Amino acid sequence: MEAAAGPRPGTAEVAFADRSRLVEGVRAYGLIVAMWLRSTLAYRASFVMTTVGNFLMTGFDFVTIMLMFSHVDALGGYTLPEIALLYGVSASAFGLCDLLLGSVGRLGQRVRDGTLDTLLVRPVPVLAQVAADQFALRRLGRISQALLVLGYALVTLDIAWTPLKVALLPVMVLSGAAIFGAVFVAGAAFQFYAQDASEVQNAFTYGGTTLLQYPPSVFARDLVRGVTFIVPLAFVSWLPALYVLGRDYPLDLPRWVAFLPPLVAGGCWVLAGLVWRVGLRSYRSTGS
Amino acid sequence: MRLYAVVAAGGFRRYATYRTATLAGVFTNTVFGFIVAYTYLALWDERPRLGGYDQSEALTYVWLGQALLMTCAMMGAGFESELTERIRTGDIAVDLYRPADLQLWWLAGDLGRAAFHLLGRGVAPMVLGALAFDLALPDSPWMWPAFLVSVLLGVVVSFALRFLVALSAFWLMDGAGALQMAMLAGLFFSGMLLPLTLFPGVLGEVARALPWSSLLQVPADVFLGRYTGWGLLRAYAFQAGWAVALLLAGRLLQTVATRRVVVQGG
Repeated sequence: MEAAAGPRPGTAEVAFADRSRLVEGVRAYGLIVAMWLRSTLAYRASFVMTTVGNFLMTGFDFVTIMLMFSHVDALGGYTLPEIALLYGVSASAFGLCDLLLGSVGRLGQRVRDGTLDTLLVRPVPVLAQVAADQFALRRLGRISQALLVLGYALVTLDIAWTPLKVALLPVMVLSGAAIFGAVFVAGAAFQFYAQDASEVQNAFTYGGTTLLQYPPSVFARDLVRGVTFIVPLAFVSWLPALYVLGRDYPLDLPRWVAFLPPLVAGGCWVLAGLVWRVGLRSYRSTGS
Repeated sequence: MRLYAVVAAGGFRRYATYRTATLAGVFTNTVFGFIVAYTYLALWDERPRLGGYDQSEALTYVWLGQALLMTCAMMGAGFESELTERIRTGDIAVDLYRPADLQLWWLAGDLGRAAFHLLGRGVAPMVLGALAFDLALPDSPWMWPAFLVSVLLGVVVSFALRFLVALSAFWLMDGAGALQMAMLAGLFFSGMLLPLTLFPGVLGEVARALPWSSLLQVPADVFLGRYTGWGLLRAYAFQAGWAVALLLAGRLLQTVATRRVVVQGG
């Protein structure tokens, strides 16, 4: 009898091909990120300066809100601590996503200058390479600013905490980051076609997080409908955070929608993955 | 003079090449315009006539901000990173040997860029904003040219500031940090986040006296008819004063800096 030498090519291997590709992608992502971390930390002073700049830059969003509240006690019926919670959740989720995936926005530039071709011939998933490309640790500035505001909200708010509400907080930030991530990836896929239209992506990502920093009562119903049912950003912070705050949901949605963010995030990633594949397949090199 | 006109035309054409990028930019400016406009509506609902603006004036201010963001380069975006790069790599030595003045050369190019951005990324968001909201457009047709003069002065002040920051690369080598700080100051003190008339107390007074207020606050107030007659001339004088002072400072720094240039090998 012959002993099986190594794994036989068979059904099991095919079934696991997708999973091993995912593992491989994550591994490659980690390796590239580690490389960029080493290079970032080689210039400590520059890293500290850009991180502080990043902190201030995004901090201005909240400074604007505080300046507004120097004139009013409520905005759209919400107090400053309540808005701080919306802001903190949305900005932390966005910051986390921006740190992990923010580089995919540079895809259009790689398509234009032809350097994307280099990534295609490497035996590593392209998305992992694009996401880890020029990994910018300075984006920690954005996350720390967001977490500070979130901390301020949690300290000043008078919430009747239940175990469910406590558990919902980390879920919001993580699923929110995933929802933003799906938007980032779908936007990047769009850049396979429209090479220099990265600003469209900014409108949904940076625009989205700015929108979510204010209560839904501020915006027109159609806009709220759009970010609930079409690009489901409302699931990042509005719907779950309003449950925590014990406030009414926009559009008379039922109360259980507050617990949908993980599902919505999953659905968004399935769609984003499809869009990414279609985009990548249709890619034609500039050839120059 | 003809040379600089050609350089300016080149600056215009250079940005006019990126048509998809311009369309995408218009889209983004419009989306942000909507988001900020609704937050201002909520604010002015609570406090009508806040900062001396009524609701439609406040909304007009929002859309002017989106229209001028790229024109007056409040967050940067223009020649400055290119210039710091040329200083870092030493290509600046070539520029200094050209039979053209360094400062005027870059100014001409930046004016061309600003003209394109005003047309390409300014007009469309403003029109869309006017369709969606009740904006306070000027009553008198003379307000439009008066506004354009103020925008032009704003662009020159913006250029002079960014030129100064870019020259700092002669000493810092890596200009990224300085550019980022300049961008932060531009965003905050131009009035892009909130009209400077809403900034409280001393902070407001200081912010209105700083050069960055020439980038958005002053042109917006000219557009909204805040300044007429001598008041308008005073507003222009404020902008022109900063423009001249900053351009002279840039000239001085340029002279000092070029003495430092050491060309390696050859």
